Amino acid sequence: MPNFLAALGPDEWRAVALSLRVSFWATLLSLPLGIVVAYVLARHDFWGKQLLNGLVHLPLILPPVVTGYLLLITFGRRSPVGGFLEDCCGLIFAFRWTGAALAAAVMAFPLMVRAIRLAIEAVDPKLEQAAGTLGASRPWVFATVTLPLILPGVIAGAILAFAKAMGEFGATITFVSNIPGQTQTLPSAIYGFLQVPGGDAQALRLVLISIAIAMVALLASEWVSRAVARRISGT
Amino acid sequence: MTLSVRLHHSFAGFTLDAAFDAPAGVTALFGRSGSGKTTVINAVAGLLRPDQGRIAQDDHVLLDTATRRNLPPHRRRLGYVFQDARLFPHLTVRQNLLYGRWFASINDGPSLGSVVDLLGIAALLHRRPNALSGGEKQRVAIGRALLCNPRLLLMDEPLAALDEPRKAEILPYLERLRDQTATPILYVSHSVAEVARLATTLVVMDAGRVLRAGPAHEVLSDPDAAPLFGLREAGAYLIARIAAHEDDGLTRLETSAGPLLLPRVDAAPGTRLRVRIHAQDIILSRGRPVGLSALNILPATVASLRIGDGPGALVQLRAGDDLLLARITRRSAQALNLATGTPVFAILKSVSVARDDVGTGPTPRLPDCAP
Repeated sequence: MPNFLAALGPDEWRAVALSLRVSFWATLLSLPLGIVVAYVLARHDFWGKQLLNGLVHLPLILPPVVTGYLLLITFGRRSPVGGFLEDCCGLIFAFRWTGAALAAAVMAFPLMVRAIRLAIEAVDPKLEQAAGTLGASRPWVFATVTLPLILPGVIAGAILAFAKAMGEFGATITFVSNIPGQTQTLPSAIYGFLQVPGGDAQALRLVLISIAIAMVALLASEWVSRAVARRISGT
Repeated sequence: MTLSVRLHHSFAGFTLDAAFDAPAGVTALFGRSGSGKTTVINAVAGLLRPDQGRIAQDDHVLLDTATRRNLPPHRRRLGYVFQDARLFPHLTVRQNLLYGRWFASINDGPSLGSVVDLLGIAALLHRRPNALSGGEKQRVAIGRALLCNPRLLLMDEPLAALDEPRKAEILPYLERLRDQTATPILYVSHSVAEVARLATTLVVMDAGRVLRAGPAHEVLSDPDAAPLFGLREAGAYLIARIAAHEDDGLTRLETSAGPLLLPRVDAAPGTRLRVRIHAQDIILSRGRPVGLSALNILPATVASLRIGDGPGALVQLRAGDDLLLARITRRSAQALNLATGTPVFAILKSVSVARDDVGTGPTPRLPDCAP
């Protein structure tokens, strides 16, 4: 194993570190929005609900290249939105790691929302009603009853999103290209090594690392959500 | 403290049109499933917004569609005990009990200790709800509602999901609640037995309308209301006080109409009781009978009479301060020549009174009865 890790070149290390960073921020920053959207979809009926639902799920169905292209024309530096964000907040997405994080977040969002929405739908609204009669306002009901009860679902959704972000390729490479150290994530790096003669060994190492990270994430999510579920149900 | 309720609400195929006043004590909303009881209680709780209506507790207006006032549930200061206890599974019993205190700085009102004692749940405090029996869950739910220091307690068939032994376990706690706290209680039920034990005011509903409303002893003994309860279940109650436990296993009670002997009642002499008497268990006689096995012979006068189309007749009796209901045949009513004001004797077998028909508790009607 030490030999195996020592054999990793700087580009490979950077790809692994970048992927972890991109996935971490993509998951963390989209989680609050994911919970809000999941709650709205699970608990409210309103005009345009199907539209919102479709919009959230679109990245799951569209070819990733299309999503990447749409991100490019929306958040590119010469687009109105991209230009505005650069002027007002100095936030640049195009061809930066932040863009990779945005692409990963958009692609992972449907999976996250789906997991959390299922968890919310499993919470008996009667419990929330009961909390209301006991003096809790809507936000307090959410914080003290709904959120603790959906925590396993939130964790599952977050890990799923993280795993999806780690593996995101199509939208990322379309939106932010494949610049080593800047936007070259793990899948882009693997793809890159496979394009050059003699890169097979490097590609294989990264593939093994991908598998290891995915397995660890999966096991961790299973373990954490079980622990939380045990705590919540009190058994 | 009087709760006044005026509601009009339409669902698909169902119209609720109800108005009643609920004074202090237990106001029972009685009716079949689908009569609109739960709709009323949910409107009082703020869980349902009626088309039109006004709900106020003295000058505290909870809802008034005319002025567009509609307090959300969490600002109505009430405690709601649901049929399914609805305890929070992720919190311990203790945390469940204190849940309401997280949101309001309640300094007055009952302490955790006093509620825990009242409901006998001290041993459960550190358990989780899913480790409790149905009866225990329901007691915790009652305690949780009480600890909010509510101005009004709502109970929607709190015993309906429980089996008979669990009901018998909880009824005494509800009686203590009625007699030891000043909080008015709105109690939804379709069980005549529960209503006869608990209610001080009775509102009978059917198909979204209020058919009868008034003091429980008057409505329960009203011959015209008896069909609403079902003739087998109909009957009123006597207020009694335990005089002594006799050597032969009977308990002698005092009522305003005279002594009453019942199979042993497990309570100390002096305890005040409410004894439900089924209408069909009473025999009427014009003269005081002699040589009879029945031990209880109470003098009474006929207060009102209802002779239906069938073979039966219902007789409301005034026995001392209490009102009773007797169900006899029309033939007997004619043979005895019964009319309003006729003096009669009401005869009751001691063993016909079931244990569950004897409840504890004073009512406002016996202020002179010292404990």
